[in-house]
Amino acid sequence: MFTIALRMLTRDRGKYFGILMGVTLASLVIIYQGSIFVGLMSRTYAVISDMGDPDIWVMDEKVSFIDDTKPLLDTALNRVRGVDGVAWAMPLYKGVLRARMPDGSVQNCNVFGIDDATLTGGPPAMVEGRVEDLWRADAVIVDKVGAETRLAKPNPAGGPPVPLAVGDTLELNDRRAVVVGISSNTRSFQSQPTVYTTYTRAMQFAPRERRMLSFVVVKAGDGADIGALCARIRERTGLAAYPRDRFKWKTVMYFVENTGIPINFGIAVILGFVIGTIITGFMFYSFTADNLRYFGTLKAMGASDGRLTAMIILQAFVVSFIGFGLGCGLAAFLGTQAAKNSPLAFRIVWQVLFLAGCATLVIGVLSAMLSMIRVIRLEPAVVFKS
Amino acid sequence: MTIAPERDQRRSRPLNRMTRPSAAQSDRPPPGHPGPAAVRCRGVTKTYGQGNSAVRALRGVDLDVRTGELLMLVGPSGCGKTTLISVVAGVLDRDGGECEVLGSDFARLSAGERAAFRARNVGFVFQAFNLIPTLTIAENVAVPLLIAGRPRRQSLDAAKEMLARVGLGDRVNDEPRRLSGGQQQRVAISRALVHAPRLIVCDEPTSALDHATGQRVMELLRSVAARGDLSLVVVTHDQRIFEFADRIAEMDDGHIVRVVDGEGRATAAHSAEGGK
Repeated sequence: MFTIALRMLTRDRGKYFGILMGVTLASLVIIYQGSIFVGLMSRTYAVISDMGDPDIWVMDEKVSFIDDTKPLLDTALNRVRGVDGVAWAMPLYKGVLRARMPDGSVQNCNVFGIDDATLTGGPPAMVEGRVEDLWRADAVIVDKVGAETRLAKPNPAGGPPVPLAVGDTLELNDRRAVVVGISSNTRSFQSQPTVYTTYTRAMQFAPRERRMLSFVVVKAGDGADIGALCARIRERTGLAAYPRDRFKWKTVMYFVENTGIPINFGIAVILGFVIGTIITGFMFYSFTADNLRYFGTLKAMGASDGRLTAMIILQAFVVSFIGFGLGCGLAAFLGTQAAKNSPLAFRIVWQVLFLAGCATLVIGVLSAMLSMIRVIRLEPAVVFKS
Repeated sequence: MTIAPERDQRRSRPLNRMTRPSAAQSDRPPPGHPGPAAVRCRGVTKTYGQGNSAVRALRGVDLDVRTGELLMLVGPSGCGKTTLISVVAGVLDRDGGECEVLGSDFARLSAGERAAFRARNVGFVFQAFNLIPTLTIAENVAVPLLIAGRPRRQSLDAAKEMLARVGLGDRVNDEPRRLSGGQQQRVAISRALVHAPRLIVCDEPTSALDHATGQRVMELLRSVAARGDLSLVVVTHDQRIFEFADRIAEMDDGHIVRVVDGEGRATAAHSAEGGK
């Protein structure tokens, strides 16, 4: 009977594709919007992700997220280094400084000052030059996207701007900086250019304040319990210490709780769900209504309500499954194509797929329920009505 | 064995001049034979709606259908024929009276038991054929076996065999829309027969067919009814097929007003009391 149910569904091409379209559209919208949301949220902690080595981030206890720097006294670094279980601890400056371009234009940049000796916390990958070139005088490394867009130089010939290149100079807070390398970074949420330099040089670029140290990044010793080490750092220094993933999550939650981003994307996702449910429900109900005479015939011939219900559930499950698969494929294709040459944030994670799958299943169940009620209430005697 | 329909030159006859088909066509008990009753209804009532809009479709019907006979239910539109076969087939609950079908009283069975009973014992032939258009004709015929829980392969094989017996063995993979009306009705009859039911109810099986095709369909039904333990109840308006009946029960206004045998005589199993 299940084969019969599938034949009834798939051989009615018009209705079948209509139902599939509804489910596909719903899962496409949910996955697409969900993945953009995840992509955007991932960008909020791009700095933490790119700085792969540290296990623990130490900061002022009032810090809410990665861009919310509340500088520490330089002595904090040594206090952290003195905690048991810390393999190493390095200073990190993070600030926003103005870069003046040769044509006089000004652009805000995210400037990172990393440990002078070890260069820990440097760019995740280099496109041109080496991280060690930061040891040269006035050296900075600029991220590729920043170099090609906001920091690009005007073209004297009037064409498109010329990307900032190794050897070019710019002014950071009225101090000369020489580009010694181009790095490949994860795009950040604000999309500002990222500039790396040494911690000492960052102190020279930045306006002098009593407290300049933004974070202390920590590597735990072999076999150390990260959670316990964080607790010890908090206890010994009075500073906040978070494992890397926890700090990422804290950053994401700040944006979730304090911006309208989740609401905007949530509305799009809910709209996708509702529209998908309406289209699918209508088409599925219409499919059942068209086949009511035949369901009545099956009922008259002895098919039980349970079996007919199982047939409808199977039909709904199959269209949900196929529609979900098509939605996944379409979303992945469209998203990756769109993100290829644009700043679109698009990241498919299993959680989005799982939620979209659940939503699609709910759509299928809701659609099937209407049909099931209709079939269960159907008097088999209807088959004798012409 | 092929149950291929043969052209029959018999003319249709009015109800009161019926003669039964030739003895060669049937090895059933002769009409009027007091054989076991496949269906036994007494005082069956059914009302649709309530209050002023209530319609009393059956007003105390008595009816016996004997094992092995082809009984036709005739009468004007709205007289209760379809309601009566719906009750007899167990697809509609009666309001009152008694009705025993193949020894079972549907009123005493749960919905699931009734469905299972129909799946085992009842075959249906509909006016509009009711073949599922998205299935092949073999799949359509296999449906009763699938409902009964037979494996798909076995069911399809049995369906193909049945279709071969009605002369459609070369069309098993066609969709119903590719067949003529007569061929579709033969598929529907195959579907009604494939699970070897003991009762077949037919609702206007020839009304959507031209005369010649209708005759062939009735010949087919007549030939399958020759199986001794199978009873057929055929609702029809079509006087041209009366000649195929063993007995004819005439209904009017929710009553059976008379029952005649193939010779046009009132029978002993007459249910004139239903017309009181």
